[in-house]
Amino acid sequence: MKASRLQTVLIPLLLSAIGAVLFWAFWSGVTGHEGERLAALALARVPESGASNPVTSVLLNFRAYDTLMELAVLLAALLGIWSLGPAAAPYQPAALLLNSLVSWVVPMLIIAGGYLLWIGGQAPGGAFQAGALLGAAGVTLALSGRPNAGLPDESWLRVLAALGTLVFVLIGLTLMFLGLGFLTYPPALAKALILTIETGATLSIGATLAAAFLGGQPRATRTAEP
Amino acid sequence: MSHEILITQLLYGGAGLLFFLLGVWSFISHEPLWRKLIALNIMGAGVFHVLVAVAYRGLDAPPDPVPHALVLTGIVVAVSATALALAFGRRLDREDSERTPEVQGVDDREDGTHV
Amino acid sequence: MNPLLLGFDILLSTTLLGLALAALTSREPRRGVILFIAFGLLLALVWARLRAPDLALAEAAIGAGLAGALMLSAARRAARRRQ
Repeated sequence: MKASRLQTVLIPLLLSAIGAVLFWAFWSGVTGHEGERLAALALARVPESGASNPVTSVLLNFRAYDTLMELAVLLAALLGIWSLGPAAAPYQPAALLLNSLVSWVVPMLIIAGGYLLWIGGQAPGGAFQAGALLGAAGVTLALSGRPNAGLPDESWLRVLAALGTLVFVLIGLTLMFLGLGFLTYPPALAKALILTIETGATLSIGATLAAAFLGGQPRATRTAEP
Repeated sequence: MSHEILITQLLYGGAGLLFFLLGVWSFISHEPLWRKLIALNIMGAGVFHVLVAVAYRGLDAPPDPVPHALVLTGIVVAVSATALALAFGRRLDREDSERTPEVQGVDDREDGTHV
Repeated sequence: MNPLLLGFDILLSTTLLGLALAALTSREPRRGVILFIAFGLLLALVWARLRAPDLALAEAAIGAGLAGALMLSAARRAARRRQ
């Protein structure tokens, strides 16, 4: 009782102290002196990066290390989920109406994903948004009663989940052996390399997100859909 | 930097800081896993919101793409952390129901409208 | 300073704040998660206003959609356990 009363006083007090410090830091960051910002540097180099969408060029060229590590984090999270036990029991198979709706929505999601992946070089879009749509297609299939969310069986699923990281690392290492440095694209090839990496990343992200929704190691194929 | 942009940045950045603080408050004062997950996600949303506000350069200038790329990776990492936390929660529920058989209805087999 | 735009900004921010508070203080799992999804969708709208359409797309699909679907299944388990 005493502890909980202490909590009701102490927590807001400490939080407002943290809030004051954070706001001060934010204020001085926003109103601070106008030095050379990364934004100007990044925007000036966008035309030679192989993608005219600035976010894509930062994501896959200037800060490609970040994106590589992020794909590795995604893979690690999926391994964690798989090691915690089997997937939850599948949902009830959907009735006629939902089934026919799903058979419309899922191809649409896949097409929209492909479009976002392709357009990501010039306009808003890219591997993450496209992967999210593929993941959403998997979640839709899982919710309508497919026990494996439309994913392939486990051996292929492993390949699919690792594909993004694998393609990324392989391209990086190849460039390194050619004497260019890890993930330093030659300008002539930049667009093709970025698109290759993005395609692998999209498939990986989609498969990982759908598998993460299932919430555990895939069940053996004998319990797969009839 | 003009006055107008600064006001927008402060307004949205301040809102982001408030989301973060509210999330921290909820995270430490509420017990159930789903409440902690909502709190954690709102904390993350607050951080992203601050970054997006900092990147804003007015309606007719291109925003700073570097924070945008950071936020994009952050969103995906946040959702994978949520999925991992849920898998942990389900495993804990299963362990609990194995140790105390009188607790019913938390068995994992019952997850999903199983027929 | 465009007063209409400022009014829109303030309206968006207060709505977001209200949704975040409602999601965080809700005691009923399903209600809390649905409020969180609404928060995520409105956040995507705000990011589109702040000239971050890439992030708006990602947030609407991942932050609101996939995280929402994940947490709805957790909320259902929590609700079942409370019964």
